[in-house]
Amino acid sequence: MSKKVLVLGEVREGVIRNVSYEAIAAAKQIADGGEIIGLLLGDSVASLASNLIAFGADRVVTVEHPHLKSYTSDGYSQAILAVCDQEKPEAIVIGHTSLGKDLSPKISSRLKSGLISDVTEIEGSGDSALFIRPIYSGKAFEKVKIKDGIVFITIRPNNIAPLEKDAGRTGSVESLSVEITNLRTIIKEVVRKTTEGVDLSEAKVVVAGGRGVKSSEGFEPLQELAKLLGGAVGASRGACDADYCDYSLQIGQTGKVVTPDLYIAAGISGAIQHLAGMSNSKVIVAINKDPEANIFKVADYGIVGDLFEVIPLMIEEIKALKVGS
Amino acid sequence: MNIYVLVKRTFDTEEKIVISGGKIQEDGAEFIINPYDEYAIEEAIQVRDAKGGKVTVVTIGGEDAEKQLRTALAMGADEAVLINTEDDLDELDQSTAAYILAEYLKDKEVDLILAGNVAIDGGTGQIGPRVADLLDINYVTTITDLEIDGTNVKIVRDIEGDSEVIETKLPLLVTAQQGLNEPRYPSLPGIMKAKKKPLEELELDDLDIDEDDLELKIETVEVYLPKQKAAGRILEGDLGQQVKELIQLLHSEAKVI
Repeated sequence: MSKKVLVLGEVREGVIRNVSYEAIAAAKQIADGGEIIGLLLGDSVASLASNLIAFGADRVVTVEHPHLKSYTSDGYSQAILAVCDQEKPEAIVIGHTSLGKDLSPKISSRLKSGLISDVTEIEGSGDSALFIRPIYSGKAFEKVKIKDGIVFITIRPNNIAPLEKDAGRTGSVESLSVEITNLRTIIKEVVRKTTEGVDLSEAKVVVAGGRGVKSSEGFEPLQELAKLLGGAVGASRGACDADYCDYSLQIGQTGKVVTPDLYIAAGISGAIQHLAGMSNSKVIVAINKDPEANIFKVADYGIVGDLFEVIPLMIEEIKALKVGS
Repeated sequence: MNIYVLVKRTFDTEEKIVISGGKIQEDGAEFIINPYDEYAIEEAIQVRDAKGGKVTVVTIGGEDAEKQLRTALAMGADEAVLINTEDDLDELDQSTAAYILAEYLKDKEVDLILAGNVAIDGGTGQIGPRVADLLDINYVTTITDLEIDGTNVKIVRDIEGDSEVIETKLPLLVTAQQGLNEPRYPSLPGIMKAKKKPLEELELDDLDIDEDDLELKIETVEVYLPKQKAAGRILEGDLGQQVKELIQLLHSEAKVI
């Protein structure tokens, strides 16, 4: 049976995040011919609605309110529950981002629904859809389904391909007025620590450093390489523990789990905890002085050598490649 | 301050996962306190030491989880509660686990509840926010700093690498992110003392549980291991050539740059 699916378009710094377009593609599979409603929340977001439609939403509902300018679980849940009340969706898809992780359990609790978090793949469609998600940080996978009620999932960025953008698609955009009251959280300030705006969990390329990077300055060539490839810098626990970088960069069983197209591990030995966080990346390059390093076991391509020699050479080669193409 | 910490017994991060009979094998595996929950326990102890009060650690599980509760007591928690579901329930999902915890907590007059932001086994991160919602208290996830002044709370939380500075009030549930603190190791006197600290064991009958609400919402169809990758290619030749070859391979074969 076809389903009516609600998709949250997550807006970050005035732009809809990529994962929301991926969520529309996931919604399409669950909808099985049913309607896809994009949802935008904020203080001024209606102008972004056409993007959701171009990527596959059939129509868009917006809720605009000064209290929705910044995300709070209270504000967003009031808005989403009001939309659910009006639209009665049979499925909901949200990105498994910082916002999605914080918000979705509360919505699910209110709707008394199940919630499948961090989905990386969907098998089948409509009522027979099965959802695949990593467990034990990617050391294993489980295939699950919602027994009954609303099909509510969050999807991991970078795993489900968005639909092709079709700027010619049209659909209605309506705004719903919702009273947002009693916010229990006040956001005083957001301190940006991430570099150049490429988010680690959504990055197509991740250049990660381990103990072999030796110092915080040692991360500079990695940053240069990441920037050149439009990617983000990550780190192993070893590098974070040694204070070479912030814990927010840590990839592994504790820390972030990433699945970029290209993962470059520099000076990382490849402890099982680190592998859990990155071994599902599409292509893995390992650079390590120790030919016995565990990281080579999961690498597609390996170079046995000093990262401080290899990375500058890579930067040169990539620059040459870009000039040539 | 009446402080509760929600903890989970999980596989040691060193463990390899073995599946047999469609289930993950637990025999012989080492278990630990979920690493994010350790930050929550440490923070609870620090808050209690600064403000006074009591820290109670709570878990749902079987007898085996007593070991992790004793570890938490050895770190410095005052009391522990095991909600033993071994005989009553085959399986839990996030909604049933949160419901059981909330039923336990609802008449406890909590000031602060701490939990890990995610368990490294199931990996859903749902329990904290769900429990807070059921108790109708506010929650803040992935916190890296916590300051309490009376009932006013100032928090720094990690949002994908950036930091958000938040003000809110008690009662509150927070979930711990890495960087919140450096969890202590239990000291020898701590371990000795922990043996005498109260560890209460409850069953579902002791709580005001409605069986209908223990209906699972999610069904696991299959559990499997990721596909083994074919062995990779270690490049050879002088370093300059290797790098040249690597970039060519990434460009033409893997098509990722």
